[in-house]
Order: sequence, then structure tokens, then C-alpha cells
Amino acid sequence: MSIVSDVLKSTVAVVKGMKRTLSEIPREKWTVQYPDVPVTVQPRYRGQHLLHVDENGKEKCVACYLCAAACPSECIYIEAENDPRPYDERIGRDERFARVYNIDYGRCIFCGFCVEACPKDAITHGYNFEISVYNRADLLKTKDDLLITKQKQSKNYRVALSTEDVDSEFKEV
Amino acid sequence: MEEILKTAFPFIVSAVAIVAAFGGVMVIVAYTVLAERKVLGWIQGRIGPNRVGPWGVLQPFADLLKFILKEDLVPDKSTKFMYFLAPLVALGCALMPMVVYPFGPQVTDPLGWLVPYTTGIAYVGPAVAYTAEAAKGVTLAIAKIDVGVLYVLGITSVGVYGIALAGWSSNNKYSLMGGLRSSAQMISYELAMGASVLGVVMLAGTLDLNGIILAQTQSPFKWFIIPQFIGFMVFLIAAFAETNRVPFDLPEAETELVAGFHTEYSALKFALFFMAEYVNMFTVSVMCTTLFLGGWYVPGLSHIVEPGSLLYAVISIGAFVLKICCFLFLYIWIRGTLPRFRFDQLMNFGWKFLLPVALINVILSVVVIYFLNS
Repeated sequence: MSIVSDVLKSTVAVVKGMKRTLSEIPREKWTVQYPDVPVTVQPRYRGQHLLHVDENGKEKCVACYLCAAACPSECIYIEAENDPRPYDERIGRDERFARVYNIDYGRCIFCGFCVEACPKDAITHGYNFEISVYNRADLLKTKDDLLITKQKQSKNYRVALSTEDVDSEFKEV
Repeated sequence: MEEILKTAFPFIVSAVAIVAAFGGVMVIVAYTVLAERKVLGWIQGRIGPNRVGPWGVLQPFADLLKFILKEDLVPDKSTKFMYFLAPLVALGCALMPMVVYPFGPQVTDPLGWLVPYTTGIAYVGPAVAYTAEAAKGVTLAIAKIDVGVLYVLGITSVGVYGIALAGWSSNNKYSLMGGLRSSAQMISYELAMGASVLGVVMLAGTLDLNGIILAQTQSPFKWFIIPQFIGFMVFLIAAFAETNRVPFDLPEAETELVAGFHTEYSALKFALFFMAEYVNMFTVSVMCTTLFLGGWYVPGLSHIVEPGSLLYAVISIGAFVLKICCFLFLYIWIRGTLPRFRFDQLMNFGWKFLLPVALINVILSVVVIYFLNS
């Protein structure tokens, strides 16, 4: 008789599973039709880096190399320089500034250690994820690409407001 | 003129019928592929392909174009002749059962409505009149074979050769394992499949597919799914195994065998295997519909529309295709639900469960039919 109960049990199990998959069909889909519809990214999203400036447009970075030291994949290259001119004339907010600041996105793993290490809040992760290029050499981004004043806002993503908890819809199962 | 026409007529009719059936089957098969991708997407919370044409309806043609344009790689140490032969065998054997598909009921006068329009036109008028005369009482199947069931079972089992040859000739261990598994699996499940059909054949008293449908046309309660429910389930399970579909897709188990027997196939040769799999699905759906669900028969239609008229035939064909589509949906639905068997589970299930159940079903059917008839 055990074979009969086995058959019944497995039939019930299969029917249960098939009911589950069938009930998924009419439900709303998670797919975001990406270039047509902007992607909503989390506030804490780690995209391409931003080099920040103060309220007068002076770079915050003091070229202390802490980010380069923290970087596990050693993708940050900095050349420091001193600029003794007064605040109004120089590039950086402080006397010392980074003449060269390169991040190699062929190596970067977007771990966020550089952001944690920065004592001046000069580098943060932005939200831009569209950093694919046709040439491997173009993955090396210089200060010109990274400065917050030079980066353009893409229409293909928007940052979720802190009030809207984007995660919650994925938690409900 | 008339003499030539009379000689050529059977060939013309066969050619037209084959082209029509082939076109219809191919369109359904192409859209089965799209439907599979769509429904699997829906089950998994995605929306499926929707970029080529509105709702992705042109996707099958884009896929075909891609297959044609891909580079055709041949492994260096393969057995070339067998390697080329295998996909042809697979697709050929998948398509051959098409000639006995019972697409619809007998039509008393399918082309009679054309004659008044064409009388008076030289050559065309008499030709149409002759064609209409000859087409009277035609059955909507390409060939009338008295042993249609045996023919389908036989041809589909020859299809294993395609897979086994592909596995062997590729000179690749994964392909070989895939071909090996496929042969073992198909031989094991063929027995249960054949045994499950026996009950239906005994009830209908014929091996002709149209005859089996005619035996079910009194009422939907005469459909053989009711007296032969065990047979139906066994047939369905064995059919899934025969067509190498989930949960019996061990010959192409991605996690173990890369892609199984078609690992080394690319471009159009792969497309042939791919098409063969879906045509086999279609064949099995046709068999399920014909043997157990009354084929083209629509309950109560004969009271509304006169049997034998063209409208009756069209509605019947529609119903037939609809029933087939239900089975194709079941295929996709199962694929979206069930995981794959392990190989020993597959063998145990086939030999120790499915075959005994099918045999018991046969014996029960024999006893019941004997006592009902005496």
C-alpha cells in the first residue's frame, strides 16, 4: 500500500507546484524595460565615483593617498602637488591637491573602501552604471571624467527617495 | 488537357496537402518556441521577448535568421557523414508522422462553392469542376493509413537514431553521454507508451487514427480519457520522456552534459535538432488529442452545423488545434515547474512503476471489455 500513498503524495506535490507556477503568470512582472524606462537605484547604490567640490567649486581632495591605500584592487592613481597661491586662485580647497587622479574601471570592484577611507568626503560613489566602453583604454577615467562638475546626469536612472523603500517589494514573497 | 490533369491530380492534391500541413505545423512549432519563452518568463516574473515586432511576434523569424547566419562549425575529428546525417534523421523522423495526422472530419463537398465562379473561364473552369468532383468526400488527412498508430510509434522511435548518431559522431564525451542516455531513456519509455495505447486501440477496435476519433464522437463522455485515465497519464508521462522534455531532459542536462547530444552542433544543424524537438512535442500533442480527447470532435457541434459541411470542417480543425495548444501549454507549464530527474530515478520510474502500471491497465481493459461484450 505504500506505493499507492507514494503516488498520491507525489501527485499532490506536483499539483501544488503547478498551481504555484500558474498563479505567477497573471501577477505583475519585475522587469524594468531599461532604456525605455529609467531604472530606480537605491540611495546607497555604488556606481561610478564622484570627486566632490566645495561650495565655491574648489576640489575637496587633498591627495592624502588614503583611498589608494585602501583600494584592494589598486586601481586609484594619484599625483599630489602643492599650490601655495591663495584660496581664490587655486584649484583645491586646501593647499595640497591632486594634480592627477585616475581610477581604472577595468580593475575597480566597486567595494566602496575608498569612500570609507576618505577623511575629506572628497570621493563618493555616484549612481551612474552606464560605464561600458568600446575600447579597453577608455576604462581609465581621469579627473576630467570623475569631477562632479564634469559628470552629466543620465536620463536612464533615477535615485530612489529615502522615503521609498525600494527593497520591500522584493522581500514580499 | 483532361487526361494530363487526371494523371497528375493525385500528385497535385498530395503536394498541396503536404505544403499546407507542413506550413501549418511549422508556424505552430515556431510560435510554440515563442510561447515557451513568453510563458516561462511570466512564470519567473519576467515578461519574455518583446522587442522584435509587437509583443515579440516576429521573434521566431529573427531566431531563424540568426541560426542561418551563424558560423557552421564541424568538430575536427567527428565522423563527417554521420555528423551531417544525424540532424536530418532527427528532423525527418519528427516530420514524417505528419502524413497521418487526422486534421479534420470528412467533408462531403469541399470545393463545390468554387465551381459557379469559374464556369466559362477556359481551362480553369473544367479543371476546377473536375477537382471539385474528385474532392468529394475527402478526409482531411494527407494519407489514409489503416495502422496510423503503429506508424507514428514506429517513426518516432526511429528518431532516436538521429540523437544517438549525433552523440556518437561528434567525438565528444558529453555528446556521447547525451546520446547514450537518450537511447536508454527512449527504449525504456517506448514500452510503457506502447502499452498505454493498447487500451485505446482495444476500445476503438481500430489502429486508424481517424477511426479512433470516430469511435469517440458520440459525446464528450465517450472520450477515451475517461475509461482510459490511467492509460492517458502513462501515455503523457512516457511522451514527455520520449520528447526529451523536462523533467526527463537528461540527454541535454545542462548542469552535467553542457548541451548533451547537440553540444557540437551549431548554426542550422542545431536549428534542425531544435525544430525536431518541438515538432516531436507537436506530434505527441496530436497523439494525445487523437487518442484520448476526441481529436477534432466538438461536443454538440453536429446539432448546430451540418456535419460534412465546410464550416463544420473549419470549426473542427480549429478545435483540434486548440486541444493541441492546450497540450503544448502543459508542456511549457511543466517545464516551468518541475526539476530534472536523476538518471537512476528515471530508470526506476520507467521500469518499476510506469511499465507495470501500463500492463495492469492493459489487463484491466481486456477483462472489462470482455465482460462488457459478453
